[in-house]
Amino acid sequence: MIRLSGLRKVYGSRGREVVALDGVDLHVREGEVFGVLGRSGAGKSTLLRCVNLLERPTAGTVHVDGREMTSLSSGELRLARQGIGMIHQHFALLSSRTVAGNVAFPLEVMGVPAAERDRRVAELLDLVELGDKAGAYPAQLSGGQKQRVGIARALAGRPKVLLSDEATSALDPQTTASILGLLRRLNRELGLTVLLITHEMNVVKSVCDSAAIMREGRIVESGELPALIATPGSELTRELFPLPEAAPGMVTITFVGQADEPVVSELVRKFDVDVNIIGGSLETIGGRPMGRLRVELTGGGSADALAYLRDRGLLVDVEGAA
Amino acid sequence: MNDTNLTADLLLEATGQTAVMVGWSTLFSVLIGIPLGVLLVTTSEGGLTPSGPVNRVLGTIVNVGRSLPFIILMIFVMPLTKLIVGTTMGTAATIVPLTLGAAPFFARLVETALREVDRGVVEAALAMGATRLRIVTRVLLPEALPGLVAGLAVTVVALISYSAMAGTIGGGGLGDVAIRYGYQRFDTPVMLATVAVLIVIVQLVQSLGDFTARKLSRR
Ligand SMILES: Nc1ncnc2c1ncn2[C@@H]1O[C@H](COP(=O)(O)OP(=O)(O)OP(=O)(O)O)[C@@H](O)[C@H]1O
Ligand SMILES: [Mg+2]
Repeated sequence: MIRLSGLRKVYGSRGREVVALDGVDLHVREGEVFGVLGRSGAGKSTLLRCVNLLERPTAGTVHVDGREMTSLSSGELRLARQGIGMIHQHFALLSSRTVAGNVAFPLEVMGVPAAERDRRVAELLDLVELGDKAGAYPAQLSGGQKQRVGIARALAGRPKVLLSDEATSALDPQTTASILGLLRRLNRELGLTVLLITHEMNVVKSVCDSAAIMREGRIVESGELPALIATPGSELTRELFPLPEAAPGMVTITFVGQADEPVVSELVRKFDVDVNIIGGSLETIGGRPMGRLRVELTGGGSADALAYLRDRGLLVDVEGAA
Repeated sequence: MNDTNLTADLLLEATGQTAVMVGWSTLFSVLIGIPLGVLLVTTSEGGLTPSGPVNRVLGTIVNVGRSLPFIILMIFVMPLTKLIVGTTMGTAATIVPLTLGAAPFFARLVETALREVDRGVVEAALAMGATRLRIVTRVLLPEALPGLVAGLAVTVVALISYSAMAGTIGGGGLGDVAIRYGYQRFDTPVMLATVAVLIVIVQLVQSLGDFTARKLSRR
C-alpha cells in the first residue's frame, strides 16, 4: 500500500547539509499497522512527511496505493492527499471552528455539497464517539477528545492510508490506550492501513503488526513483529523486553509464541543443571505471548541444556561468549 | 449657555469630520494592509509561497512607510493626493496620506497576527489537499481574526492621532479645533472639551476592539 524506495532527503543547501533520510526502503502492506521507531532526530517525521509529500524527497520514489507521488502535478497531488489521512501530535485543529466545523473542513476541500457534508460529519463523529460534542470548540475538549476529532477529520475523505506522527505522545497512558484501541478498531473495520511514528514501545506492543527501527536516516531493522523479535541481536527485542544487566556467562532466552511452555522446569528435570532466574519480561503481542528470560545455568549439563533449547526453536544467547 | 451650545456644535462638526477621515482611511488601510500582511507572511521563508525577492521588496516598502513621521509623509505625498483627489486641501484630501501612513502599520500588525497561527494547522490543511488560497482565506485569516481585530483597534487609534495633524491641511476635525481654538486663541475651555472628546473616542474604540477580539477568541 505504501512503498518507499531509495528515499533520500537532504535539508539545507550550501554549506551545512543535514541528511535526514539516507536511502530508505520501506514496504507497508495493505491493512497492516506499521510502527516506525527511533531516537529523536533519526528522521522519522521526515519519513512520514515524505509519504504525502509535505516534504519532497531529494531522491527516491514514493508509491501510495499504486500511485507514484513524486511525479504528480500539484493538482493531482492535492487530490491524492485527499485520500491520505494524517493525524498530528498536537492535534492541529482549527481553534476558530467547532468540532463539527473541523471535521467538515476536509469535506469542504473536497467540494462535498453542504447537505451531504452534514450527514458525513455526524457519521464520522459517531464513529469516534463524539456525537455529543459537535458544537464544542477544541479549547473545551480534553486531549483525547481532540485527537478523536483529529481522527474523524483524517477519515473524512475515506482514506485507505492513515499517517500518524506521535499521535499519542501528548496524552496520558489511559487516553493513549483508548486512542490506540480506536486506531486498531478502524484498522480492522475499515481495512485502514496505518503508518505510525512513535517512541513508545507500548504503542508497538499494542497495535503494530510490523515495525521498523530508524537510526541516522536509515532503517536498521524492519519486518513483522514475531519475525523481528525472533531475529538474533534485534534492537526491538531488547527495547520491548527490558532485562536486568547481564554478566558474562548469563543466558538470554527469547520466546516467540512458546512462552507458555514450561521450559525452565523441563531443563531442571532433563539435565543436570540448576537454573537461577535473573529476570524476565513477557508481553502478549498479536495475541501471542512473547518475551525474554535471563538465567544463569550451573551444573554439568549446561551445554546439553542450551542445545536442547535451541532445538526447541528458542533464541538462545550466551553473554560474553560471542 | 449660548457659548456652550456653540462649543457643542463646533465639537460635533469636528467629530463628524474626524469620523469621516478616520472611517475612510481605516477602510482603505484594511483593504491594503490585509493583502500586504498576508503576502509578508506567505512569501517569507517556509511560508506558503516563499519568495525572497518579493518578501524583501514588500518589507522595505512597509518599513519606509512606517519610518516617515506622519507630518512629513503628508507633505511628501501631496502630488499623489492631487492626482487622486484633485486637490491637496480638505477632508477628502487627508484620506490619501492617512491611508498611506496607516496601511503599512496595519500590515505589520496583520503579519504579526498571522504568524501567531499554529504552523501545524496550516500543515494539516496542506495534508488534506487544500489549495493555498483556501488556506489563506479559510485557515490563516479566520484563525487570526481576534488578533486582526485587536490590530485594527490599534490602527484606528493611530489614525485618530494622525487625523489631528491632517487637520492642518484643511481636513478639519478635532485636531484642527484644538489648534485653532486652544493654540491660536488660547480658548482653554474649548481646548479641554476637545481633549475630553478625543479621550472618550479613543477609549471607546479600544474597548470595543478588546471586547470584540475577546468575543471572537475561542482559545
Ligand atoms: N525543515 C528542516 N530543515 C533542516 N533540517 C531539518 C528539518 N526538518 C528536520 N531536519 C533535520 O533532519 C533530521 C531528522 O529530523 P526528523 O524531524 O525527521 O527527526 P525525528 O526522528 O522525527 O525526531 P523526533 O523524534 O525528535 O521527532 C534532524 O537532524 C533534523 O534536525
Ligand atoms: Mg518527529
